[in-house]
Amino acid sequence: MPDPIVIVGAGQAGVALAAKLRTLGYDGPLVMIGAEPVGPYQRPPLSKKYVSGELAADRLLIRPPGWYAEQQIELRLSAAVTAIAPAERTLRLDDGATLRYDRLALTTGATPRPLPAEMGGALAGIHTIRSLADADAIAPELREGRRLLVVGGGYIGLEAAAVAAGKGLAVTVLEAAPRILQRVAAPLTSDFFRDLHRRHGVAILEDVALAALAGKGGRVEAAQLKDGRRIETDLVVVGIGVTPNDDLARAAGLAVENGITVDERCRTSDPHVFAAGDCANFPWRGTRTRLESVQNAIDQAEHAAAAMRGATAAYDPAPWFWSDQYDVKLQIAGLNRGYDETVLRPGKRPGSQSVWYYRQEALIAVDAMNDGLAYAFGKKALEAGRSIPKAVAADPAADLKAAAAG
Amino acid sequence: MPRVTWILKDGKQISADVPVGHNLMEAAVANNVPNVIGECGGCLSCATCHVYVDPDWYQKTGKVSEMEDEMLEVTVAERKPLSRLSCQIQSAPELDGLILHVPYI
Repeated sequence: MPDPIVIVGAGQAGVALAAKLRTLGYDGPLVMIGAEPVGPYQRPPLSKKYVSGELAADRLLIRPPGWYAEQQIELRLSAAVTAIAPAERTLRLDDGATLRYDRLALTTGATPRPLPAEMGGALAGIHTIRSLADADAIAPELREGRRLLVVGGGYIGLEAAAVAAGKGLAVTVLEAAPRILQRVAAPLTSDFFRDLHRRHGVAILEDVALAALAGKGGRVEAAQLKDGRRIETDLVVVGIGVTPNDDLARAAGLAVENGITVDERCRTSDPHVFAAGDCANFPWRGTRTRLESVQNAIDQAEHAAAAMRGATAAYDPAPWFWSDQYDVKLQIAGLNRGYDETVLRPGKRPGSQSVWYYRQEALIAVDAMNDGLAYAFGKKALEAGRSIPKAVAADPAADLKAAAAG
Repeated sequence: MPRVTWILKDGKQISADVPVGHNLMEAAVANNVPNVIGECGGCLSCATCHVYVDPDWYQKTGKVSEMEDEMLEVTVAERKPLSRLSCQIQSAPELDGLILHVPYI
């Protein structure tokens, strides 16, 4: 029996990698190790339809429970890898067992950045949303009439704010930067979502940092802001970003810098170890990038599987993201980093619009709010390596389809 | 339980019983139907669950919403008059016997 391909991390990337290996004809042993007690599931709905109660846990599963056996994938759950020895091609599990591998794939994901304990981060009533257990912990706390403070005005925080507002909580979002979504979107998009949340009664406080959370009897009861204000609250959701799970790789001596360093074929600094998804830092268009998205988890993992099978193509993603808040569907195509200009395109429906990002006159990304056509044609143009002129993007009467087709 | 059949480009067929209320993207993924991916989990954001509904069944699969219509513009395989995003079709008793054709991508 040959040594298995071992996948560490049972999320979107892990499943995509395993499935692709089988599709590509790999019929050798395949082991997937997951730290959580449940089989691989979709995380995006956790902060949306799952925590709101609209979607049951079994509907989150990426594959039905029987799939792993059918595909002859040995799924080991509630198991943590404690060390990797690349020279021996072995890894150690938390039950003390040692496992040999032929090839290793690290799809370990990312972990929400916690609020430091010295800022009150260890109090009860403070939540992050990444895992099913996180969502299960917060769901019963979302009761009408309570007060929720969201620390961090990024997508995950705003999604939580939307769900909580919908359930009748009094919600305040606190953002230390001058505007919500500052790290990920242009002012036009921030403005759209600020207005949206305020219309739903959510208080958006920007450009003000949290000093500390205060508690009573071990449970959070208020937030002290750096400008002196104090906000009483019943619970807190912290959404201040994630850090890549690269500790195992670092301890194993693999190259690590803001994630596990991989090349364009998803290879780490060890020839038998690959990485993909949120945890992987890869070269793209002259810079190094780490993407936190389902698109990247799946596409990069499939790329890693192909690379394990000998493919030599470079990973060249077409990034896209989405967020749902209230009745607004945000779809993002491309990556707006380094944009120098944006234009607004009004949508054809009330409340629909899109924001088009340009760098040196070339289209690099689109944020589409309830505007599937803007997203679709923006994405098509970007994938074809074409720009859409600003004048066309800004003119709601202009034919996007023709412009995207070039 | 309604029985749904996916017909692949090479003529291969996959049939499965799909619980009422489940959408046909998740049913396809659950039954290993290739090329129906459902990257966004069925929230009408990605168009990776594109199928062609069999002509005899198309009317019964319900109306295409404006957003689905827009998202059908971004399918990898060519959009045709019988194109649907399968995450937007819910299994229902009247769809027992439904046939979906899977595009080659």
